[in-house]
Amino acid sequence: MNNLSTKVIAGDPRSIARLITLVENDEPEAVEVMQQIHRYTGQAQIIGVTGVMGSGKSSLIFELALAYRAEGKKVGIIAIDPTSPFSGGALLGDRIRMTDLSTDSGVFIRSMGTRGMMGGLTSSLYDVVEILDAAGMNVILIETVGVGQDEVDIVKIADTTLVVLIPGLGDSVQTIKAGLMEIADIFVVNKADKPGVEQTIAELESMLDLVGHTEYRTPIVATSVKEKKGIQLLISKIAEHQEYLKKSKTFDTRRRQRYEAELIEIIRKRLMSFIFDEKKLKKTVDCCIDRISKKELDPYTAADEILGKILK
Amino acid sequence: MVKKIRVLVAKPGLDGHDRGAKIVARALRDAGMEVVYTGLHQTAEQIVNTAIQEDVDVVGLSLLSGAHMTLFIDVALLLKEKQMDDVLVVGGGIIPQEDIPGLKKAGISEVFGPGTPVEDIVSYIKKNVKR
Amino acid sequence: MVEKETIKNIREKRADWEKQKYSKAIQENPERKPKFKNLSDIEIKNLYTPVDIADLRYLKDVGFPGEEPFLRGVHPNLYRGRLWTMRQFAGFGSAEETNKRYHYLLEHGETGLSVAFDYPTLYGYDTDHPLARGEFGKCGVAISSLRDMEFLFHGIPLDKITTSMTINGPAAIVWAMYIANAENQGIKKDTIGGTIQNDILKEYIAQKSYIFPPEPSMRLIVDTFEYGFKNVPKWNTISISGYHIREAGSTAVQELAFTLGDGIEYVKAAMERGLSIDDFAPRLSFFFNAHNDFFEEIAKYRAARKIWAQEMKKLGAKKPRSLWMRFHTQTAGCSLTAQQPEMNIVRVTMQALAAVLGGTQSLHTNSMDEALALPSEKAVRIALRTQQIIAEESGVTDTVDPLGGSYYIEWLTSKMEEETYKYFDKVERLGGVIPAIEKGFFQREIAESAYRYQKETDENKRIIVGVNRYKLDEETSIPILKMDEKGEERQINRLKKLRTERDAIKVQKYLQRLRKAAEGDENLMPFILDCIHSYATLGETCDVLREVFGEYKEQAIY
Repeated sequence: MNNLSTKVIAGDPRSIARLITLVENDEPEAVEVMQQIHRYTGQAQIIGVTGVMGSGKSSLIFELALAYRAEGKKVGIIAIDPTSPFSGGALLGDRIRMTDLSTDSGVFIRSMGTRGMMGGLTSSLYDVVEILDAAGMNVILIETVGVGQDEVDIVKIADTTLVVLIPGLGDSVQTIKAGLMEIADIFVVNKADKPGVEQTIAELESMLDLVGHTEYRTPIVATSVKEKKGIQLLISKIAEHQEYLKKSKTFDTRRRQRYEAELIEIIRKRLMSFIFDEKKLKKTVDCCIDRISKKELDPYTAADEILGKILK
Repeated sequence: MVKKIRVLVAKPGLDGHDRGAKIVARALRDAGMEVVYTGLHQTAEQIVNTAIQEDVDVVGLSLLSGAHMTLFIDVALLLKEKQMDDVLVVGGGIIPQEDIPGLKKAGISEVFGPGTPVEDIVSYIKKNVKR
Repeated sequence: MVEKETIKNIREKRADWEKQKYSKAIQENPERKPKFKNLSDIEIKNLYTPVDIADLRYLKDVGFPGEEPFLRGVHPNLYRGRLWTMRQFAGFGSAEETNKRYHYLLEHGETGLSVAFDYPTLYGYDTDHPLARGEFGKCGVAISSLRDMEFLFHGIPLDKITTSMTINGPAAIVWAMYIANAENQGIKKDTIGGTIQNDILKEYIAQKSYIFPPEPSMRLIVDTFEYGFKNVPKWNTISISGYHIREAGSTAVQELAFTLGDGIEYVKAAMERGLSIDDFAPRLSFFFNAHNDFFEEIAKYRAARKIWAQEMKKLGAKKPRSLWMRFHTQTAGCSLTAQQPEMNIVRVTMQALAAVLGGTQSLHTNSMDEALALPSEKAVRIALRTQQIIAEESGVTDTVDPLGGSYYIEWLTSKMEEETYKYFDKVERLGGVIPAIEKGFFQREIAESAYRYQKETDENKRIIVGVNRYKLDEETSIPILKMDEKGEERQINRLKKLRTERDAIKVQKYLQRLRKAAEGDENLMPFILDCIHSYATLGETCDVLREVFGEYKEQAIY
C-alpha cells in the first residue's frame, strides 16, 4: 500500500490534510490513495448540518463535537463556505467558533470553499468524507453554506440531515423553500433563548401534519448554545434516527444513493476535464462554441459531435 | 483544476486589534486565495494545529501589542518542530525595524508594517509560496 | 438665520455666480477631483452660503453655550475660564516605570493622568498567567493587584488630580483598586475624581477587550453607576467611546451614531434597574476620536452635544447637568504613519486643533513615534507641548465655539445629525443595540468602511503623505522607547511574595462571597472592594466572575 494511504488510515493529521488538498485540486496522485483507502470506510456516522445564515450552525456543531468527544468518539468536521464567483477566493471563518477544539487530537477540522459547485457542497466532498472515515473518525459533521434555499444536496451525502432554524425568522416557516424543509431528518430550532420558539415549533408541527409521515416523523429539537440546553436531546434524536435507518433498511438505500452520487461526480469531473483539456478536446469545444455564436451550429448538434468523439 | 493558495490569517496572543488582519484576509480572498481566519486570542499550538489540518501554504500573523518577538517566534519554532518547512510565514502589525532581522532569522520570511499596500502582500505571497 | 427675502436673492445670485464666475474659473483650473467627498462619504460643495442653512434658527437650533440645544457647548465660558485637561494616555512595563513617566508628564505640565494597561490586565489575567506570555507591559502597565496600584501612584496626590483609566472588561475591579489605594492613603472616596472607560458595548464591535457576555457585563456597569453616584460622586463611571470604533475603521458619522447609540443603551439599562436618570446621567462622559478631516470633526462634536441633549430629554432627564455631553478626545492613532514619523507631529496638531475648536473637555495628543512603538520621553513631550502651544499661542481659546455661524460648519453639523438619526432608525429596526451586535450589524458597517478606506488608499484616490506620495527612498530611524527588561521578573516575584504575605483565608472568604453575590443580583462593588482590600489579585477576582458569567466568543465579520 502507498505510504500516504498507510498514514491516512493511521490517522496522521498531516497526511489527512495533505490528501484532502490533493483531492480538492484533482491531483492524479490522489487517485491511487483513494482507491486504496475505500475499503477502510463505512463506519463513520455522517451528519449534515444546514440552515440559513445566522442560525448558529458553527456553534451548534461545536457543542455537538464536545458531546461526542465526551462519549470518546473521534470527530471530523467539514466547514463549507462559499467561494466568490468573481475572484475564486473564499473567506473560511467557521473555525472561529471552534477554537477550543483546535488542539484536541481526537478532532479534525477542515474548512473548504465551494469552488464553483452549486447546491451548497464542494465537488470533492465525497472524497473528503471517505478520507475522514478511513482515518478513523466515528462522527463526521458537515456544515454547509448557509445561503438558504439551494442547499439540498447535503442529503445525498449525509446519513442524518439537520436543518437549523431560529425562532422568529422574520417570516414564518412556510416561506422557507420546500426543498430545505423536505430534506430534514431532524429540525433544530437553535437560539431557543430568544422569543418566538413556541410559534416556530408549532408552525413546523402543522407543516409536518400536512405531510403526514407514516414511518418516521421528523423530530423537532429546541437548542440553545448560550444556555447549554437541548444538545443531549439532539444527540439522542440523532442516535434514534440512525437506529431507524438501520432497522428500516433505509440506511442501505441511502448509502447506495451516496455511492451513486459519488460515482456520478467522479465521472462528471473526469468528463469535464477531458473535454476542457488542451491536449484533448478543448480545441474542438472552442471551435463548436464559435460556430454556435455565429449560428452556424446549434448546441444540441455540437453536443452530439463532442460526445461522439469521446465515445469513439 | 486550479490550485488555490490557502492562507491562515491568525492573531496570536491577547491583541484585539483586528482591523488590518480582516482587511488583509478580504484582500487575499479577492485575489483568489482561500483564507482561513481563526479570530482572536490564538495560542501558538492552536495556530500550528490549524495550519496542519488546513494544509495551508501561508501563515500570516498579525500583532500590534508589541509581543511579536515572543509570540511570532513561538509559532515559527513550533512550525519547524512539526516539520512544516514548506509553509511561508509572514507577519504584520506594529513591529519596529530593529526587530525584523531577529524575526527573519527565526523563520518569518517578511514583515509588512503600517502603510503597506495590500497589493504588496498579495504579490509577495504569490511570488514566494513554496509549493 | 437670514431673512426669507434675502435667501431668495442669495440663491439667485449664487446661481449666477456658478454659471459665470465659477464655470470660467474651473476652465482655467479644473477641479482636482470629480467629486469632493469627506471621510463619511458626504459630498462637499464648492461653497456654502446662508441658503444652505436657511432653515436654521439661531435661538432654537443653535443657541448659547451652557443652554439647550448645547450645540455651542456645555460650559458658558469654556476655555476662557479653564483650559481643557491635558491628559496624556500613558503606561508601559511595571508600575514603577509608569510612575516615573507620570511624574515626568506632570512636571511638564499635564493636568490629568490617564492609565494604559497591558493586555493581560485588560483581559483580567495576572502577569504570571500562561496567556500573559510575552505580553507583560508591552502596550500598557501591568497591574495584577492593589500592591501594583500603590506603586503606580506613588507620590501622586489623588485628591488633587483626576485619573482616567482605560479599562473595560475588568473595569469594576481596577476601579476598586484605585479606590482602595486612595482610601489606604487616607483620602476619602467622595473626594476622588476620575473616569473609568467601562464601555463594554464598543468592545464587542471594536476594541475587543471584552471578557464576559453582554448581559452580565451590563449588570456590572450598572453596578458601577449605582455605586458611583452614591459613594464616589466625583467619578465618571463610564466613558462612552467612539475613539475605538473610529480606529477600527468606521466613518465619522458611524462613530457619532454608534457611540451615542451605545450611550442611550446604557441609560436605558440603568433605568431598567430602577435608577433615576438624573442621579447617574451627570456622571456619564464620552470619548471621541479626532481624525483628519478638520471641519468634519468639529461638526461631529457639535452635533454630538445637540443629539445627546435631545435624547436625554426624551428619556425623561430634568436636571440640566443630565443633558451635558462632556467628552475627552484623542487624536487618531490610525492616521499616524511609520514613514517620516516627524510628519505625525503636524497631523496631531491639526487633529488637536479640531478637538479644541469642537470644545473638548480633555485631550490626549499622540506622539510621533506611535506607529513604531510606545512614546519615548521626547516624543510625548512634543505631543504635550502641541497642546500647550494651541492653548497659549494660537488665540483660539479666546472665544467660545469660534466656528459657530460658519455656513459650512452649521450645514455639516445638521447633516451629521440627520445621518446619525438614520442609523438610530436602522438599529431600532434590528431590535436595538444588543440584537444588532449579535446580528453583526455594527461590525459589518465598520469592516466595510475600513475596507473602502484601504482600497481608496491603495488606488491612490486618498493620499497619505509619505506613504503613497512624497515618499522617501531612505527612511531615517528615530530612537524608540526601551523598557526595563527586568520588569516582568520583578512583577512575577512581587506576585509570589504577595500571595505568601497576605491572609489567604480572608482572600478565599471574600472571593467566595463575591461568587455568591455574582450569582444573585446584589451590587457587586462592595464585594469586589473587600476582595481587593485583602489583596486578592486581578486574575483571582476575574476568575470568579468568569466562572459565574462565562466568557464571550465573537463571530467573524470582515
